[in-house]
Order: sequence, then C-alpha cells, then structure tokens
Amino acid sequence: MPAVTELTDLTIAQGRDGLRAREFTAVDLTLAHLHAIEALNPRLNAYLSVGHAQSMEQARAADVALAEGDTRPLLGIPLAIKDLFCTTGVRTTAGSKILMPFVPPYESTVTANLLRDGAVFLGKTNMDEFAMGSSNMSSYYGPVENPWKRRQDPSAVLVPGGSSGGSAAAVAARLAMGATGTDTGGSIRQPASFCGLVGVKPTYGRCSRWGVVAFASSLDHPGPFARTVRDSAILLGSMSGHDPKDSTSADVPVPDFEAACQQSIKGLRIGVPKEYRSDGMPGEIETLWRQGVGWLREAGAEIVDVSLPHTKYGLATYYIIAPAEASSNLARYDGVRFGLRADGEDLRDLYERTRAEGFGAEVRRRIMIGTYVLSAGYYDAYYLRAQKVRALILRDFTQVFEKVDALLTPTAPSAAFAQGEKMDDPITMYLNDLFTVPADLAGVPAASVPCGLDTDGLPLGLQVMARPFDEETMFAVAATLERAAGFSALPTLRAGS
Amino acid sequence: MALDPATVRRIATLARIRMDDAEVTTLAGELNTILGWIEQLNEVDISNVDPLTGAAHMALKMREDVVTDGGYPAAVLYNAPDRIGDFFAVPKVVE
Repeated sequence: MPAVTELTDLTIAQGRDGLRAREFTAVDLTLAHLHAIEALNPRLNAYLSVGHAQSMEQARAADVALAEGDTRPLLGIPLAIKDLFCTTGVRTTAGSKILMPFVPPYESTVTANLLRDGAVFLGKTNMDEFAMGSSNMSSYYGPVENPWKRRQDPSAVLVPGGSSGGSAAAVAARLAMGATGTDTGGSIRQPASFCGLVGVKPTYGRCSRWGVVAFASSLDHPGPFARTVRDSAILLGSMSGHDPKDSTSADVPVPDFEAACQQSIKGLRIGVPKEYRSDGMPGEIETLWRQGVGWLREAGAEIVDVSLPHTKYGLATYYIIAPAEASSNLARYDGVRFGLRADGEDLRDLYERTRAEGFGAEVRRRIMIGTYVLSAGYYDAYYLRAQKVRALILRDFTQVFEKVDALLTPTAPSAAFAQGEKMDDPITMYLNDLFTVPADLAGVPAASVPCGLDTDGLPLGLQVMARPFDEETMFAVAATLERAAGFSALPTLRAGS
Repeated sequence: MALDPATVRRIATLARIRMDDAEVTTLAGELNTILGWIEQLNEVDISNVDPLTGAAHMALKMREDVVTDGGYPAAVLYNAPDRIGDFFAVPKVVE
C-alpha cells in the first residue's frame, strides 16, 4: 500500500485504477482523506461537517462491491459536497444561519447520482451564504483559507474565491479527490482559477437542480471541481442526466465526457473575444491568455478574433436578474416550515425578525435589490430591461458560435486576493465575475483550467466556452490546454505538507 | 432614481425583513451605489428585443397533472420549528 500522503495525491482516474487493481482499498483511501481533513481543516475551514461514520460505511460497502468486480465509475472515490446540495439525514446549511437547524429528509438528484455510481462522501463544504459571493467571506460559518500562499508574503491569508470556496480549498489541499459546486455567476470557475483547479459549469439543464438550495433558478448550474480535466469529465458524467423532478432538466443523452478529453482539436475554430479585458487587469493575465491561444494554435486549431459586444453589460444584467430570482426563492425562509425561527408578537413580526436574524448582510442586500426591481413601477425599468439585455447577450453567443467551435478567455480578472481586500463596496467584489457571468446568463458550458502562475506564485486559470450541450468540444480544448500548460505547481498547505 | 430612507423601509416591509434606522441609512447608500452602476443598461438599444426568461436551450416538457408523490407527513414536518400534531404551528393570526 502506498503511503497515506500518496493516496491523497492521486487523481480520481488513478484512484479508480488502483482500487480496481486492489493496490489499496476504499477504506485506505477514505481514511487517508479523513486524516488529512483532521489535520488541516481546523485551519482551512473548508468543511462545515465531516461524516466520519457514514464515509467509512460507504467505503466498506465499496470494498465489498469492488471484491465482486463491480465497475461503477466512482466506486470508492472520496468526494466533498458543497453545503448547498441536500443530503438525506445530513445537515445542509447553504452557509446561512437561517438553515443552521435544517436536516433534509431527501437527497438532491446530483448527489444521488454520485452515490448511485459508488462515491464516498467525506463531508459538506463551506460556501458564501446562499452562494452569494466571490470570496467565501459571506459564510455565516466563517471564511475559508486558500491553501495557496503568495511567495513574497506567505503570511497573508488569501480567499479561495466563491461561492464554492470550501469545495475548491478542499480539493486543492488534497482533502478530497473531487467536489461538487454550483455556478450562478462564476461560483465554480472563479474559485477553480483561484485554487489551481479545473472547474466545470456545464450547459444549463445538464445537471438537475432538484434538491440544490435555490439562489437564482434560471442561472444556477451544479458542476464539478477536480485536479485534472479528465477527473472533472468523470465527475460530470456521473452528475449529469435527465431528471423529471427538475422541469428545466434536459432530456438529452449524456456523452462520454472522459473520452472527449482525448479528442484532437485539429481543425477546430477557436474564438478570442476582444471584450474579455478589464481596467486594471494584470498584464500577466493578458500574457497567459496569449500563451493559451498559442498552445491551441500549435495543437492545430484555427484562431479567430471575435466580438461579443454586450459582454460588458453582463454583470449589471446579472445584478438585476439574480437578486430578483433570489428575492422570490428566499421568500420560503419564513420561520414556519423549516430553518431558524425568531419569536414575534404576531405572524408578521415572526417573519420579519426571523429573516433579519437569519440572513447575513449580503443576502439581505440582494433580497432588497430583488424586491425593488420587481416592485410595481420599477419592473419594466429594471427587470424587463435586464431580461432584454440578457437576450442580446445570448444572441452574441449564438452568432459567434456560427463562426467558431469554442471560445478562449481568462477566467477571472485577478488572482486570489487576501481576506479583507475588495470589501470596500459591493461592486468591487461583483467585478470578480466579469468574465464568468456571461456563460451563466447564456447557459453555455464553460470550464476553467489552471494554466500558469502569477509573479506571486498564485494560480491563474483560462476559460473555455462552447456551444450548448457541446461539453465534448469544451473538454477536448480544456484537455489540450492542460497538456500544453503542464501545470504542476502545488499549494503550500496540503495533505502531508 | 435615488432611493430615500422611506422607500428602503417600504422595500424592507415588502421583503419582510426587520430593519433599524441605522441599517436603513447604510442600505440606502449601498443600494443607490448598486442601482447607479446598473443604470449603464440604459445605453443598450433594446427595441424589438423579446425578454429572455431563462437559459434553457429547449422547450419545457409538459407532464400529466396528477399527484405522483406525497403521503409522508413525518418527513414533511421533520424540520418544523413548531408543530401541533400533523400541522405547522404559528402565533395566533385570527382573533
């Protein structure tokens, strides 16, 4: 049996092969991760809860199945689950105080699919409250520390990005082989970029939203985090599929995403949209982007300069539509049927005190914006206008995908920043999602791939976007970038370090 | 269009969030900053554009209008902050 530290360094593909070859057991693999969590989680705060007994039970069951020759794709693979996915009998908080007492009596479709395929769940990961944030600083349960450190300033505590910050930190620090996340405005891809991981937001409708605590229903996309493109493809393959319980779940076949990672990109047309730049974006991100373009050209792709003229309106559009949907979705937290209740003089007072006490500042702010833009007299000026601009943003993508097969852009306009930075006003924080929001508004698949380091030694990601339901091209391009970049840097804080 | 404290208070009432005067003042400032930034959408020509409600690249499926699930009050009530028998309990609403 390899040393414990080696087990936590394995990719999912390697872990799967090792388990099938009986080089180690699922119990060995799970224990290695549980020990790593015990050692590092008190500092990182990546997990909100760890399910030791349940994880070991699942691992033992996996070993029995493996001995019988069972070849389910994730059999015995230990994963982390964002605390936005309902898990039967396991507390699910969405990073909020208002859901502190909530224990779902049902399983989300995505986690049920992972369990069906044999995965072991290590625990539930920290996140921005109700997935509203880009730094994990809005979690009621405290911030998450990014396991990466600045070379010149190793004592600075950096954020892992958000909202899926706990999932990203856990996978980067080798506290899980992979994780689930959700992406509404960039909440998988931005933390993937900040933590040196692959993060995938599939096509809207590819992964069921059933049992995922709702933030903005027309924008919420479940997806995976992993340390390689191939691993992310394996995870997405399990997470995907039609679900009658989600009316927007797509009834389309799930292709072999893992096989797509081997496809050549020779002859593919890759678009480089000129609008994916921002004021103050570090030159090294621009340089990395150009380098990525070069790698794809060398692999035989044809590079095409393209324009998505409404890109710059994506964020403002998002900050009308997402809060509007959130204000409606979060109306259910009223202290009556589940979650926190604050006592009141009458029912109305109970609602108002429960929601004031249960929601954090960012969530209250977004509910207020959403309520305002949907209110009588302002609906047309804000909400309806935003829906029309959203149509134009989708049209940009539709038109550009008539000319190219995929797009290459930076994932985020900066590397990971320190806790406390960018907190001066909400808009500075919102600007993190400048390059990720358009794919959410349009529903097109997008992946972030770690491609290099900045001068501080922090990871930077490049983003690949493709046509709706053409994740195969997205994976082929992402895997090509990964091979060319040869990203092998490791975070300072990780299992065994 | 700037939000005054009275409007903020009215939105808070619509949103059912209790708010003290200090928070109303802070939020009025923050919301005005955000709404001011959102004003940039006014420069987009949206004439003859239909609103887009969602990102689903397909038609929504129809289903039979029948009951397919239910019949487990214990699970439904499991997370209730307060209950009486098989009912959610709230403060008295009818005098």
